[in-house]
Amino acid sequence: MDEIFGIPAPLLFGQLLLGLINGAFYAMLSLGLAVIFGLLNIINFAHGAQFMMGAFAAWMLLEWAGLGYWWALLLAPIIVGFTGVVMERLMISRLYKLDHLYGLLLTFGLALIIEGIFRNEFGSSGMPYRIPPELAGAWDLGFMFLPVYRGWVVIAALILCLATWLLIEKTRLGAYLRAATENAALVQAFGVNVPRMVTLTYGAGVALAAIGGVLAAPIYSVNPQMGTNLIIVVFAVVVIGGMGSILGSIVTGFGLGIVEGLTKVFWPEASATVIFVIMAIVLLARPAGLFGRA
Amino acid sequence: MADTATTLTNAAMREQVRAGEGVWGFSRSQLVGVLALVAFILVAPFVLYPVFVMKLLCFALFACAFNLLIGYVGLLSFGHAAYFGMGAYITGYVAKAWGVTPVLAIIMGGVVAAAMGVVGGWIAIRRQGIYFAMITLALAQMVYFFCVQAPFTGGEDGIQAIPRGSFLGIVDLSNDMTMYWFTAAIFLAGFLLIHRIIHSPFGQVLKAIRENEPRATSLGYRTDDFKLMAFILSAGLAGIAGATKSLVFGIATLTDVHWAMSGEVVLMTLVGGLGTVFGPVVGAAVIVTMQNYLAEMGAWVTVIQGAIFVACVLAFRRGIVGEIANLLKVKL
Repeated sequence: MDEIFGIPAPLLFGQLLLGLINGAFYAMLSLGLAVIFGLLNIINFAHGAQFMMGAFAAWMLLEWAGLGYWWALLLAPIIVGFTGVVMERLMISRLYKLDHLYGLLLTFGLALIIEGIFRNEFGSSGMPYRIPPELAGAWDLGFMFLPVYRGWVVIAALILCLATWLLIEKTRLGAYLRAATENAALVQAFGVNVPRMVTLTYGAGVALAAIGGVLAAPIYSVNPQMGTNLIIVVFAVVVIGGMGSILGSIVTGFGLGIVEGLTKVFWPEASATVIFVIMAIVLLARPAGLFGRA
Repeated sequence: MADTATTLTNAAMREQVRAGEGVWGFSRSQLVGVLALVAFILVAPFVLYPVFVMKLLCFALFACAFNLLIGYVGLLSFGHAAYFGMGAYITGYVAKAWGVTPVLAIIMGGVVAAAMGVVGGWIAIRRQGIYFAMITLALAQMVYFFCVQAPFTGGEDGIQAIPRGSFLGIVDLSNDMTMYWFTAAIFLAGFLLIHRIIHSPFGQVLKAIRENEPRATSLGYRTDDFKLMAFILSAGLAGIAGATKSLVFGIATLTDVHWAMSGEVVLMTLVGGLGTVFGPVVGAAVIVTMQNYLAEMGAWVTVIQGAIFVACVLAFRRGIVGEIANLLKVKL
């Protein structure tokens, strides 16, 4: 077990783990984008900024209020989700009758504002966030050391994604959501308060991004740019997966993370671009995306 | 973009009926606009700092090239920095490393950008609307990472001290005033070319695609071919804008290919007025001037730009020129 394909095993498994973790974030973020797009028909460009806000919320809760990681995991999505609800009510809701591109432009503007404010407040360099003591240390798996926190991130992301999937596919609330995605006017005629559902869906999607941010805080340094670069990759992930299927975006997210990790081992120079190349190939072969409906 | 586009087209049709085809396809009101623009270009270098006006003209050409896609085909490219930046890099490299003359260097920058537009457009036009925007953004990010690593771009430092050379071996361009007339000529040529494209039969088909693509298809037009051609033209002109910018300032850096640059050109066009002839020029002037005066404010510039985005989308979708045109009931 020392070498696999001429690559030292620890390096290979280390990169695979990193890929899995990146994949977890791709999956969580693309899931949120897909849920928001399904009902609101806008691409939420601010998703990366809201992911960053989640990480900063965790940092602020710890530094300013003395509330630790577990409180942050609960409170950060509520706080950031609430800002999302306010944004939807005040601004985004005015655009539903217009071309979808305006939604993209508006949320891009909001992302610039949020990122700019945080850069003014905290500068461009990152802030460290300590791994909670319960999740510190590492397990010896025999062939590699697995830091407990990293294992936790992958498992937490999987649970979160599956819970979202169950909520949408198997519950009554999810059935309303799916029905409203197909035909909002008809669902409203049945007495469901669709505008409120739209607002809460946006809030929930934003909260999902914020949880991602809290999970990411101890791994990446907490900095204002952490979301935007990520969200562009997530856009490519969304194009590859197609936004038709919840399960599809989860699988695509994790899968592409692993592919990226493997590329880092076998051809490091290409690791930053591999997902975009895959996107181009998928578009040529299956324009609707792997799981998309044409 | 349908609402502004439709009102504009209606106004345009009324205007064309009233004024006939005008001179060179410009309506009477547009002719006034062109004369004002030419007058500004002639006077500006004596009143303002020439390098600032050159920067403005480069970005105005960039925004006009971008507007060709969003305003006349209805395609929002969120990755035009790739073509602008690569034009800058290629021109900077051949001018500095190979000593190519400025005219040829700019042409090479434009040709490479157009060639990239062939590939990027071919991939991106497979999807429409919001997906098109995401795909162009992702492709541009790929170009960005390529530029970070490629040996000829100089990585984080970029290409610096690019020589301006001399025009046809006679006129020395290192003088700011001669460079200014050179830049102004390129801008005007690009501006008129875009106007010519829009008013050609080809441009009419583009507008038909914007208004109703299935109907254009049913009339027998291969809409994908038209969209691709428009994309290539737009990419090539964006490349020429970047190329000229690299000669003006003597640098080509990662800023030119960064996604923030793609966002900036969207903002310029939105502020000026999508789908208007003069909107991108006015928008570029507003944004470049703003950046100039607010440069020392650091990250607040980003916040202000974001706020302008939000204000434009919520309350001001026609843009400056679009609002004026609507007020005067003319086509601009």
